[in-house]
Amino acid sequence: MTGAEIFCESLKCEGVKTVFGLPGGVVLKIFDVLCQRKDIEFILTRHEQGAAHMAEGYAKATGKAGVVLVTSGPGMTNIVTGLADAYMDSVPLVAFTGQVSTDLIGNDAFQEADNVGISRPCTKHNVLVKDVNDLAQAIKEAFYIATSGRPGPVLVDIPKDVSIAKAEFKYPDKVNLRGYNPGVVGSKQNIRLAAEEIMKAKKPIIYVGGGAVFSDAAEEIRELAEITQIPVTMTLMGLGSFPGDHPLSLGMLGMHGGYWTNMAMHHADLLIAVGARFDDRVTGKLSEFCPEARVIHIDIDPTSIKKTFHAHIPIVGDVKPVLRQMNVILRSMDGNAASMRAYRAPWIKQVEEWRKTHPLTYKQDDKIIKPQYVIEKLYDLAKRDAIVATDVGQHQMFAAQYFKGHKPRTWLTSGGLGTMGFGFPAAIGAQVAFPDRQVLCITSEGSFQMNLQELVVAALHKLPVKIVLLNNGVHGMVRQWQDLFYEGRYSASVLGKTPDFVKLADAYGIVGLRALKPGEVEPVLKEGLKHKGPVLMDIHTDPYENCYPMIPAGGAQHEMMLEDPPELKLARKGGSRKRKVDEGEGELPA
Amino acid sequence: MEHIISVLVENKFGVLARVAGLFSARGYNIESLSVAPTLDPSTSMITSVTDGDDRIIEQIMKQLNKVVEVLEVVDLTETHFLDRETALIKVHTKPAHRDEAIRIAAIFRANIVDSSATTYTIEITGDTEKVEAMINMLKPLGIKELIRTGRIAISRETTRTAFPRREPALLKN
Repeated sequence: MTGAEIFCESLKCEGVKTVFGLPGGVVLKIFDVLCQRKDIEFILTRHEQGAAHMAEGYAKATGKAGVVLVTSGPGMTNIVTGLADAYMDSVPLVAFTGQVSTDLIGNDAFQEADNVGISRPCTKHNVLVKDVNDLAQAIKEAFYIATSGRPGPVLVDIPKDVSIAKAEFKYPDKVNLRGYNPGVVGSKQNIRLAAEEIMKAKKPIIYVGGGAVFSDAAEEIRELAEITQIPVTMTLMGLGSFPGDHPLSLGMLGMHGGYWTNMAMHHADLLIAVGARFDDRVTGKLSEFCPEARVIHIDIDPTSIKKTFHAHIPIVGDVKPVLRQMNVILRSMDGNAASMRAYRAPWIKQVEEWRKTHPLTYKQDDKIIKPQYVIEKLYDLAKRDAIVATDVGQHQMFAAQYFKGHKPRTWLTSGGLGTMGFGFPAAIGAQVAFPDRQVLCITSEGSFQMNLQELVVAALHKLPVKIVLLNNGVHGMVRQWQDLFYEGRYSASVLGKTPDFVKLADAYGIVGLRALKPGEVEPVLKEGLKHKGPVLMDIHTDPYENCYPMIPAGGAQHEMMLEDPPELKLARKGGSRKRKVDEGEGELPA
Repeated sequence: MEHIISVLVENKFGVLARVAGLFSARGYNIESLSVAPTLDPSTSMITSVTDGDDRIIEQIMKQLNKVVEVLEVVDLTETHFLDRETALIKVHTKPAHRDEAIRIAAIFRANIVDSSATTYTIEITGDTEKVEAMINMLKPLGIKELIRTGRIAISRETTRTAFPRREPALLKN
């Protein structure tokens, strides 16, 4: 078999059904073999970055590794953002890149790049396959590493001559990795200690991160919360791992988390961190983060523990089995649901009071559409098992606040790297995996324009992604920070001109709809969601709306801004503070 | 505090880059680094001297352990250990200075491994203090060139359990 045939057979052995990518000179042999097979679907993207995010969306929605195949040089450099994004958010991804022939490597050959060197800091592992006899083993190990332990992207670099050379094919049944042992089981002793603390604590809180989603631990978290009557908050990555409408759900925490959530965190006496990594967007000022709390930290990755924040009881292990064991112990401890409820009642009551004092709010008038209103309406109209992909910025935070997730793997967002341009291709990837599910892409004109070339992929493959584009003509989050911290100088945050998205949709052969007034939002959403094919809904929203609550960067968790500060309100009314809009960039849209 | 960390890795290309890249990407300090194959040609030992508080050292150890090709990570400073480095020092030797150079070499039990009309090259092996002491002694003669291997270290077998941890005073030779 040739290397190219070995490649395809290996993918088949790994159960790969879909590959996202774009061809080029040094991978032609592989593409030649690929097109002659019927068992692996290839989705040709219009940009390699789109391929990487599609594979991420596919992986996040299914839990299986997403697969990317691109050429050398620019093909590879174009997926770097996707790799870095997957690395930050622990997405299982296997990227195959073409490389120039082994005899040319290092000669600055045409379309040569040091693929392994470039991707080293943004992959979990990477390898250059120099001998066709090592190819199958390398692929086996790539899938194993990408999907086991804390998942992540793996890059396999295949030189042109390796894809042409011949070798006998036998897919290995074992990996040969002496230094990689992801099967960590949490310490039994610490699990018991943790259970004892949980029973004793008066003001505990469960803080769930993306690790719980990857571990498929939603059931275990629900059980833990219900047995112990402890409220649950989720990070941006953890959304969906606990039902958003559950009475014990506190929604998202952190920079744009609920007031009640961050207050609960601040006053908690026990923090049960589950597959979360104490990111700076969660903690705010570390020295004032959860000052009263004992910390139980469960994570499969030992480097996450005690990296930024201390842990009194570290448990290194896969979340699901650890919680299972913990739940068994908790059940065996005395106390029934009723007594537990009574024991926790004062704490729950306090949290609910916080929730009542400062709920999420916005004021929708009949003139200009508020982004929150759109998300709330969309949430009402969407199916319960809808998959939601978002881009990055204000719309992402509004979606996290108002679109309550119910199930894990239905919330696809770029958390760690914060990649604008992620959402739409990720939605396509998820729709490829689940052609019959409702897939929504909540995006904005800023993010969407970073990968809108993939519209044609949705059109071509009839992927009915519903794009809800909150169009406010500005990079909203940047504009918000400039209003709050840079005296309203809108440096490079006003887009000045955006394309006519309805015409754009038309040009790509999909349905485009537009809402300019609050009254048009619901009809547009209804019509868009009803349609069978992909739809682009261009919804013009208030460019001045800010996302609250907000913990300013580096601020303490309990010191949230809940509304526009007085000087900003004054400026809005034409007061003293003058706005400077960059010359040539025009005024903010009215 | 200074730590000597031994990292046993698979002897494959790119591994050193991954380990070194990990230090630079996360802002950890490397004071010295030395790499060579072990008895088993499929593995290499990287000895790195680094600096940091307990939290940073714990992170370095964990991050190194996470690298797929890393087989074992040991913080030798946590045990009793021996460390050595070698330096080759080329000193200017005017006729009047030659005896002095020979004397200094003798004091430190160093060898003169090369000589020319105007220079001696002295080889010294020892712990860092010893190497630096000799360098300081040679400075007045004029050092033309100097190269050091960086430190390598190995745990002490006999004293590993016989003495309590962290008693460097007992071990300095």
